[in-house]
Amino acid sequence: MISVGLDVGSRTIKMGTFDGTIRDATVIETGANPLGRCQELMSGKTFERLVVTGYGRHLVAPALGGKVVSEIRAFAIGARHLYPDCRTVIDIGGQDCKVILLSENGKVQKFEMNDRCAAGTGKFLEVMASTLEVSINELGNFALSATRTVQINSLCTVFAESEVVSLIARGEDASSIALGLHDAIATRIATMARRVGIKEGVVFAGGAALNQCLCKLVGEKLGIELTVPPEPQMVGAIGATIIAQRFLSDSME
Amino acid sequence: MVNDNVQMWTELNIDLKSHDTLLNALGPIFQEVYLSQKNRPAGMGFYDFVVGDIHGIRVKELREHAKNGGKVVATYCVFVPEELVWAADAIPVGLCAGTQFSVPIAEEVLPRNTCALIKSSFGFKLGRVCPYVQASHLIVGETTCDGKKKMFEMLGQLQPVYVMEVPNKKTERSRELWHGEVLAFKDVIEKLTGNKITAKKLGEAIDLVNQRRLALQRLYNLRKVRPVPISGKDALLATQVSFYDDAQRDTQMLNALCDELDKRVAAGQGVAPKNAPRILISGSPMAIPNWKLHHIIESTGAVVVCEESCTGTRFFSDLVKPTEHNLVAQMKAIADRYMNIHCACFTPNDERPDDVVRLAKEYQADGVIHYNLQFCHTYANEAVKMEKRLEKEGIPLLRIETDYSDEDVGQLRTRIEAFLEMIKH
Repeated sequence: MISVGLDVGSRTIKMGTFDGTIRDATVIETGANPLGRCQELMSGKTFERLVVTGYGRHLVAPALGGKVVSEIRAFAIGARHLYPDCRTVIDIGGQDCKVILLSENGKVQKFEMNDRCAAGTGKFLEVMASTLEVSINELGNFALSATRTVQINSLCTVFAESEVVSLIARGEDASSIALGLHDAIATRIATMARRVGIKEGVVFAGGAALNQCLCKLVGEKLGIELTVPPEPQMVGAIGATIIAQRFLSDSME
Repeated sequence: MVNDNVQMWTELNIDLKSHDTLLNALGPIFQEVYLSQKNRPAGMGFYDFVVGDIHGIRVKELREHAKNGGKVVATYCVFVPEELVWAADAIPVGLCAGTQFSVPIAEEVLPRNTCALIKSSFGFKLGRVCPYVQASHLIVGETTCDGKKKMFEMLGQLQPVYVMEVPNKKTERSRELWHGEVLAFKDVIEKLTGNKITAKKLGEAIDLVNQRRLALQRLYNLRKVRPVPISGKDALLATQVSFYDDAQRDTQMLNALCDELDKRVAAGQGVAPKNAPRILISGSPMAIPNWKLHHIIESTGAVVVCEESCTGTRFFSDLVKPTEHNLVAQMKAIADRYMNIHCACFTPNDERPDDVVRLAKEYQADGVIHYNLQFCHTYANEAVKMEKRLEKEGIPLLRIETDYSDEDVGQLRTRIEAFLEMIKH
């Protein structure tokens, strides 16, 4: 029996397929028509069960005959599938960041999520990368190459951008500014994690975990070693796929 | 009828164009949030009618009252002792506003980082879109929060305002201060109306308001049943309307609704499946037409069974205790009753977490959502204590901070869905 999990995020759509093992992990841009993109992605696929998570779940699930699950549950299940002993999941996605605390047997015990704004999320990094004229994929290593850091006070995407612009105008080195930006996000996520009450066995997931600098700094701030999956952005889709396979009957009817 | 209303609104100096936009926006929202619900009690018909004619017939009643020499007293808080208003043959109306519509108008004057309830209420006056405030002879404010306190100063430049001082502690000295405030308020109302408040009149007023409180208690008690016979949205609406409807009629309507709900309960009939997660909301008030959180929760398959808030239990859970029919005893009983509201403006306010734990048990709540309006610092800070306490009691809690705008609905939905999944699994 084949199950499909879709994670329709604000920036990218991730798809996982499961027929005993996870296969066929795909990532595409969300764009302005997420439903159209999902339909393209699914065309010609045969599947028995579909679970959709992510920001676009309520748009996509009814149209494709799937069930919805929140990102929080999807990331929790996905992380436990990859690392059966993990107790905390940190996820930084395109427009939100969350920290999820799991019980010993993997149930969601508590979570925190940012509210309305993009402060400290992937989108924030994207905007800053473009201001610093660095590609988003290189931003982390660029920051790691810095010899010093500068303090960034604002985490609001709009205010931080003007702060960055004034730092550039002051002659600050772009890599130092990049390091300062990573430091600001890492501090924020560490605060959120402590608020939830972090437990050892921390999985760092979401697209932002592809950023080496952020992984290093978040780990340092928390004084804890983070586990970063090989494809951290896929954790939600994997979770949705597993839910489609195992939990559909008892959870969402 | 429609033309009569326009004539009345014109006399009240309403900004007709803006007011039209407001009323036209309310209809579709009410349709989506309320009328689309399934299996509603017939008794809600009255409340649907009231909202459908929200600035019509009740305003007309207030105007008639004023034409006969009566006074209308606007309030923005459950601390203002309405018994004294009724006893002087004046009519109190609770005017807290719950719409984003008037927020931009208010932000022309008030700082943006002020809570939505204050901005919305102030915007109603500044934008001249609320006939109730226009029809009021006196606005009675209070000192329950810094934002409101300062807003009342600015409101005072537009319309007569009197502010009652609510103390910040619950000591003996604070109680004395409050008792003095209640006595002073009696003088203010007597002067406004020209009517002497007698023990007989005050006794009748105490009974009038207590009867409405008993009816609301009855309604809330029915929400303790599983399956719950009425949606959280409907119960919230009935409570919200109680703030500005005639107390006697409101009591009748509430009791009629409860008679119907009694039958539902006897038949085991509910509005949500027996296993639907039951949510207790605790925190900031929800003024009409703020149905945002209830709507998200109830359209996600859960049901709201109780509100520990000023538009919930804090409004009616205590009665004014019966006393001898003399003013000294009555005034003392009134002051005591209002000092017993467990508002976050007090420090400390440890009774509130106790209330929430007790209510969660009584209402068989599966989880608590702590709701606080953004920039409401007292409730935001009490949430920290609440979280610790509920964790100790093993009651799941989700903290929500939001305002009246719809921009964060997507994120709220995610968090609430995740919370319900957490409860269920």
